[in-house]
Amino acid sequence: MAGIVSITLQNNDEARPVIESILEDNPSANANYMPGAVKIDCPERLVVKAESVSERIGRDWDPQEIHLTIVSMGGSLDEDDDELVLSWGA
Amino acid sequence: MTPPRKKKMNLKQRYALMTRGLDWETSYQKMDDVFPYDTFEGIKITDWSKWEDPFRLTMDAYWKYQGEKERKLYAVLDSFAQNNGQLGISDARYVNAIKLFLTGVTPLEYQAHRHFAHLGRHIRGVGPRVAAQMQSLDELRHAQTQIHTISHYNKYFDGFAEFPHMHDRVWYLSVPKSFFDDACTAGPFEFFTAISFAFEYVLTNLLFVPFMSGAAYNGDLATVTFGFSAQSDEARHMTLGIEVIKFMLEQHPDNLPIVQKWVDKWFWRGHKMLGLVAMMMDYMLPKRIMSWKEAWEIYFTEAGGALFEDLSRYGLRVPKYADIATEEAEHISHQNWAIFYQYTQAAGFHTWLPTDEEMAWLSEKYPNTFDKYYRPRFEMWREMEAKGERFYNNALPQLCQTCQIPMGYTEPGDPGKIGFRSTEYKGERYHFCSDGCKDIFENEPEKFAQAWLPVHQIFQGNCGGADLGDVLKWYHMDNGADNLDYSGSPDQQQWDAWQAARKKVAN
Repeated sequence: MAGIVSITLQNNDEARPVIESILEDNPSANANYMPGAVKIDCPERLVVKAESVSERIGRDWDPQEIHLTIVSMGGSLDEDDDELVLSWGA
Repeated sequence: MTPPRKKKMNLKQRYALMTRGLDWETSYQKMDDVFPYDTFEGIKITDWSKWEDPFRLTMDAYWKYQGEKERKLYAVLDSFAQNNGQLGISDARYVNAIKLFLTGVTPLEYQAHRHFAHLGRHIRGVGPRVAAQMQSLDELRHAQTQIHTISHYNKYFDGFAEFPHMHDRVWYLSVPKSFFDDACTAGPFEFFTAISFAFEYVLTNLLFVPFMSGAAYNGDLATVTFGFSAQSDEARHMTLGIEVIKFMLEQHPDNLPIVQKWVDKWFWRGHKMLGLVAMMMDYMLPKRIMSWKEAWEIYFTEAGGALFEDLSRYGLRVPKYADIATEEAEHISHQNWAIFYQYTQAAGFHTWLPTDEEMAWLSEKYPNTFDKYYRPRFEMWREMEAKGERFYNNALPQLCQTCQIPMGYTEPGDPGKIGFRSTEYKGERYHFCSDGCKDIFENEPEKFAQAWLPVHQIFQGNCGGADLGDVLKWYHMDNGADNLDYSGSPDQQQWDAWQAARKKVAN
């Protein structure tokens, strides 16, 4: 299917607040659970907001911490201090 | 009075300072002499500064996160070994998937480490040079962590001990080895296209995600952990892959036909090599997560579809023969497992026939092909086993000159007929399994005419001798332990003894 971007994260304690934030901040996102990992698909664009994750874990979350739990991705990526965005056409 | 806090730089500023800021134009040597390899392939680059790593990872952050990954991983590995984690796996047949991984994939990680180190020195642009340096370190880490993890299994199971030696010599391991040798002997942009784009971006999900999820499902804590630890670097490698393609296509329109040819070539080579993973997923995992066909649909048809649609704005099209590869996703795992069953005497892992329950799963997952073409063959072999006439193929197979796989694949659209192609080059005839492999040869005959084909080498007397025992010795394969069926193997005897001991405790 065209236009789907996706991010796969480990299904562990460290990734859970990130997964929750993604699902809340991207209402069209859909989580597919497999053993050990979660693949989140979203049409066109998906954002991981540092603010949402920070709220959940009670400390400042750096988007680069995504490197500790990411498994795979689909789409073009752009990252700065506040968010990480996956999209097509960028 | 306390001095005011220094304002921190943001990510984009840090990235600019820690990559661009570290580079310079040479003055007393020509840039072309300092970077002699990045022009001969015909790829035209007008402005290297247009390259940016979208993760904007700098070396200091790289060390920080990699250090944390390693600490976590080694805590798990230590605990797995201390607690005899090998006792907790679903079934000892599972371990054979790990044997294939260690002998087939781990040495490629090491090759990748070496070649990315080369690119980390020889690419003119500082952005990709830094990315290649990081990836070189990642790949070394992967090779090391895989060897450390699997060394624990080596204490208890056969087939692991001689993995680097086997990788260089064993017939089916020449498939992944020749794939990587082909990439490493190409120029830097073709290597990026082959490994970073075609393999890491388009196809690696098909290797790692099902493999590691399969390990998680089969109780292999150690492999899950190294797998996901390695995979966390993979997102960065995928980003390098897609950036390099976009960069080449944006820099000059003349680059498009060159890149398209590479994408076609490496997609096809990758598809053939991953047939080994297909077989692992459909036949070697005692508890299965998804079929190869389902994985192909998710990771190639869907994810690859979105990718190539996006890249079509540069004029790049879906790889040639992608439709045929998709058709083959219905067949490849069954055909490969049948090859290994027939040649189990020369395989460094154990084989078996699928059980009734497993065949029911295969029928359900492959409604168009399994019952019609493959079940009858496995049932016939099962009957032969029951009569004490287990089938071994004692003839050496013809190999495809390009992918090096035995010619056991069928024609597109006709699964009852084996596919053969051939071409002539300098008075010699060369043979292929498919149009895709034949095209690759015809584009670079000087290179592929030199391929080290295991069967030819055996016939030429270069592999230890004329009979099976000689060749196995040359492979460092322990005849009767490393090879043959799982049933009756030392692995099975040991596993059964562990299970019996466990029952005794339970009673």
